[in-house]
Parts: sequence; C-alpha cells; structure tokens
Amino acid sequence: MPDCTLTLTVANHPGVLSRIAGLFARRNYNLDGVYVVGLTGTGDSRMQLLVNKDERLPQIIKQLEKLYDVRDISVHEGRDMPTCFQQAKAG
Amino acid sequence: MEYSGAEIVIQLLERQGIKQVAGIPGGTNLPLYDALRESPIRHILARHEQGAGFIAQGMARSTGLPAVCFATSGPGVTNLMTAMADAHLDSVPVVAITGQTPLSLMGTDAFQEVDTFGLSLSVTKHNFLVRSVEELVEVIPEAFRIALSGRPGPVWVDIPKDIQTATLDIEAFPSPGERIPAAFPDAALVDVAAEMIGKAQRPVFYAGGGVVNSGAGEQVKALCEKAGIPVVTTLMGLGAIAADSPLSLGMLGMHGSRSTNLILDQADLLIAAGVRFDDRATGRLAAFCPHARIIHMDIDGAEIDKLRPSDCSITGDAGEILSLLIPKVEPRARRTWEEDVIAMKAKHPTPQSELDDARPAALIRRVGQMASGDAFVTTDVGQHQMWVAQYYPHQRAGKLLTSGGLGTMGFGLPAAIGASLANPGTPVLCFSGDGSIMMNIQELATLAEQNLNVKIIVLNNGALGLVRQQQELFYGARYCASQYDRNPDLVMIAKGFGIAGSRFSLSTCTDEALQAFLQADGPGLLDITTPQEANVYPMVPPGAANTSMIEGDSHA
Repeated sequence: MPDCTLTLTVANHPGVLSRIAGLFARRNYNLDGVYVVGLTGTGDSRMQLLVNKDERLPQIIKQLEKLYDVRDISVHEGRDMPTCFQQAKAG
Repeated sequence: MEYSGAEIVIQLLERQGIKQVAGIPGGTNLPLYDALRESPIRHILARHEQGAGFIAQGMARSTGLPAVCFATSGPGVTNLMTAMADAHLDSVPVVAITGQTPLSLMGTDAFQEVDTFGLSLSVTKHNFLVRSVEELVEVIPEAFRIALSGRPGPVWVDIPKDIQTATLDIEAFPSPGERIPAAFPDAALVDVAAEMIGKAQRPVFYAGGGVVNSGAGEQVKALCEKAGIPVVTTLMGLGAIAADSPLSLGMLGMHGSRSTNLILDQADLLIAAGVRFDDRATGRLAAFCPHARIIHMDIDGAEIDKLRPSDCSITGDAGEILSLLIPKVEPRARRTWEEDVIAMKAKHPTPQSELDDARPAALIRRVGQMASGDAFVTTDVGQHQMWVAQYYPHQRAGKLLTSGGLGTMGFGLPAAIGASLANPGTPVLCFSGDGSIMMNIQELATLAEQNLNVKIIVLNNGALGLVRQQQELFYGARYCASQYDRNPDLVMIAKGFGIAGSRFSLSTCTDEALQAFLQADGPGLLDITTPQEANVYPMVPPGAANTSMIEGDSHA
C-alpha cells in the first residue's frame, strides 16, 4: 500500500490529539506516524498523519472533515513529513 | 453585571428556550442546581442518570428540538453514557451538561473523578471540557448549534466545579445557538436523479430517519405519487409514509415483510434518502438490491458511498432535495411494476388474525387501531419492538420513538416520560417487555411523580424473547440465560410506585378493557401474559441475504 500524508489544521487544546487518534482507533485504521506542533500566534495546531492508503481512506477523510476541531485537511501521496518520518519504517 | 459560571449556564439555557431539564444533582454540579432554583426552567428529577438522558431524548425526539440533561461527575457521567451513545447512533439533538472535579484537582484521581472528555469522545457528535468561565459563554450556544446543525446529534459539555463558581462580568449574553442551514443541494445532480427516475422501470424509495428529521414526509408522498414509486422505510423512518397508503411497503430488512424484501430484490433503482444502509436493513450487503442503481441523498456526506457505492449522490437536507426533485420528475404510472408489487403483496399478505392467547402481535395492532392518531409510541428493544414496527399503524412521521441504532433495552419508559413532558395532553404509549422494563423500572417513580398520561403495555413472556428466539433458530434450541426462573409481579410493582396496574391474558384484552385502560387518567401499566413460543417472523438470519427469510407463525 502506498504511503499517504494527511496534513490537518486543528484547534489547539489538550483533547485534540485524543479526538483524532480516537477516530482512527474506532474505525480500525492504523496510524503509522503522527507529528503535531502548535502554530505560534494562533489557537491552532498543525498535525501530520502518516497512513497507508487503502480503499477506506476516503471514508476516514470524510469523517475527519466532520470533526468540529478540524479546520482544514490536505492529502499528499508519499511521506511529506518532517525528517524523523523520512527514515525507513522499523521492522 | 457579574454572574457565576453556573448562573451563566442557566441564563443561556433560558435564552435558548429550554423549558425543562432532566437530571440528578451531586457534588460537582451543585452550583448549577443552586442557580436553577431561581430559574423558570422546570427540573425533572430522574431516579438514575440513564433515565434522565432518555427523558431528554424523549423530549428531543418528539419535538425535533434540542433537550438538556444534567448529571454529576463520576458515576453520574458513566450512568449517562448509554443514553448519549443511543442519541449518537440515532442522531438525536441532546445536550448533556455534567459537573466535573475542580480544575485544580483534575488528574489527581479525586473523589468521583472520571475522564468525562475521554469517555464521551466516541459516543457524542462533539464534546467540550470547559476550562474557563469566559469559554463557557461561547461553549453553551455552540453546543446547541452543533447539536442541531447538519446531521443532529448529542453534545456533551463538562464543567469543572470551580468554573461553575468563578464569576464574570457580562454586558450582553451571546445569541442562542441556531441550526446552520445545510448547503443547498447541487441542482445538476438533482437533474441527474430526475433522469434516472424517469428511465427506471422498477424503482423503490428507501426512506430513513433523515426523512423524519427533515420533516419531509409530504415530499416523499408527493414524489412517489407523481412518479409511481413504492416506499419502504427503515425502523427509524416508519411513518414517513402512512401505513395505509397504497405506496407503503412498510419496513425492510431483518424483520421486514416477505413481499417487501422480495420487491426490493427486483428493483432496478433505489432512491435512498436519510438512510445509512445499516446491516439490519440491508442484510448481506452484496446481495442487497443486486439489480438496482442507487440514488443516495443524505445531509451527512460521510454516509454517501460508505457501504454501498451510489450512482448519483446528493448531499443536503432530504426535504430540500425532494422539493427540487418533485417538479423535475415526469408524472408516470408504472402499470407493470405496480401490478408486480400488488401481486407480490397479495402472494405474501400481512397477517390479520383475531386476538387470541397465541398472538401478542395482534394486540399491538389492535391497540394501534384504538389509540388516538396523534399518540406517541415508544418501545423498548426486542420482540415487542419488532412487532410494533411491523403491526402498529404508523400513520405519521416522528410519532414512533425507538432505539434503532444502539438497540438499548430500558429506553421506552423514560423516553415516554420525556415525550409526555414535552407534549402535554398528547397520549403516550410505551410498549415494553419483561426484560426491557426492568432495565429502567426505577423511572416509574418519576412517572408517578409527574402524573403523566403514559400507558405502559408489557408483553411478559418470562424471557429475553429475541435472544431466546435466536437460540431457538440458530443455536439448536439450546437456551442459555434467556429465560427468567422467577419474575417480579409487575402489577404489584406498579402499585408500589403508585401506578395503576392490571394483568391480562391476550384473549381477555377485550376492546372494552383496552379502552378503559387507554382512557383512564394518568399513568397505567398492563402486564400481558405472552407465550414464549411466539417469535418474530419473517426473520433474515444475521449476515444472510434479505431474500433468505425464515418463516413461521406470525403471531399477528
């Protein structure tokens, strides 16, 4: 399965990572990488999620779009992520 | 002027138009209750937080307006969870407001502390943990806006006790939260749908809870009468078309009638509105309407193509889409299809026997014929629920309140209390079973206290009937834990709560006896002795195609 990177702009509060991760857990979709950083000077965070792209991904994206805390989503093929995710996966 | 957080909440609820709140006080929501004392909002003191949650659901489901419940932290929160999960699956706008350990103590495993935010996250449309009194002013109207907009759903607002007591100077309160109208449907897609309907030879309309939520029953009727389309509904959609309409095919799916499931199997076009292709409705998905192209309209874009890919999909409010569609479809009499449908219905008619001791479902039909047309009907979960779906004359949308998605036993009684409170003067019937009624029996106390016109009819077969039925059919009649060795005397229990109760066998439920029960003032309970052997038929085995129905005596 090809790698895919979802880049999210989300509300910055202590529960937001739990909300996003919970959606993936409940819908049985694996997260291979998670990178989150608060955006200086705003109430938002930038979140990058590394996933394997399969036929369920469009449904996951629709569910993410519905979340109140999610302001924006963009999808990129490949590993468009910080260098820590550029290395080969373990195992 | 200076207000406490608790006063702000109550003020905002009043401005939101909330007249009644169901709940139970406890340590961490006492400031809210102190502020409530001065308010015109009436409080309904439930006997268990799950009861409070379902009372709020009864209010919300029967009016389409958001309703509110209160609970304290810890066990109050965990008790409320089932009612909120139920609201989530059936898209019911409920706002739960719970007390929480003071912010300064959160995370220390304080008395009655649970992670309300984490627990409620996956069973609500959205949830808030309020971290400041300033935030509170924004969060309350926002909670209502979220609960009402798009696909409705429950919102949970958790408020630490020190936020409830903190004060804030407020010049002007924000406006109440209102429904944000759904995006206008794409007219080009409506044209495509109209063309598909025009070309179809054997179309079927498939209406769900989204049609009821949208109040689009009239549009369904207008479209289907104009274009000659028979209508099936889901459990949540019952009443979207009147049961006595010639277009009505009743409910589809696991306990749908044989003719309905067989007609769907022949359809070449399925017009799905406000439905989510749930497994209880579709049976084995790959075998569901195998010859049909699909038009799918839903207010929640994530439902479209989730389980069954559509050939034309329109996101938006069902009523708005249908209103655009009606003038665009060609008037059409589909004589061949109509004849096929009539022939199928004639070949597999709905049973219509007289009441006798073997036919509990016939009682439900009889009560339905005698009840006032504007009566609300609530059910619990099990055989009686499916018989209500099959045999009660569902003439109007929004009158049947039933736990569809979560299938929660214990729903019926508190939901009936809520429906009655929100619709004073309108009769409410609650059908239940001896398994279900015990799951929130304590709310009989609330019912007696409120002295509401709620009539409870318990089909008492001394068993978890639908479980017993599955063990009979699919586990070689090896019954395990589905029969009660000893049941309490429900008539005596009702009397203990101050509610008139009586026991009848099915054959002694004469019209006079039923009329006397239905016409009496205040609450009442009928305990109906029911044979365990009475099963719900037809039945599609779980995971099988809808065309492979097991038949048996209908008991109706």
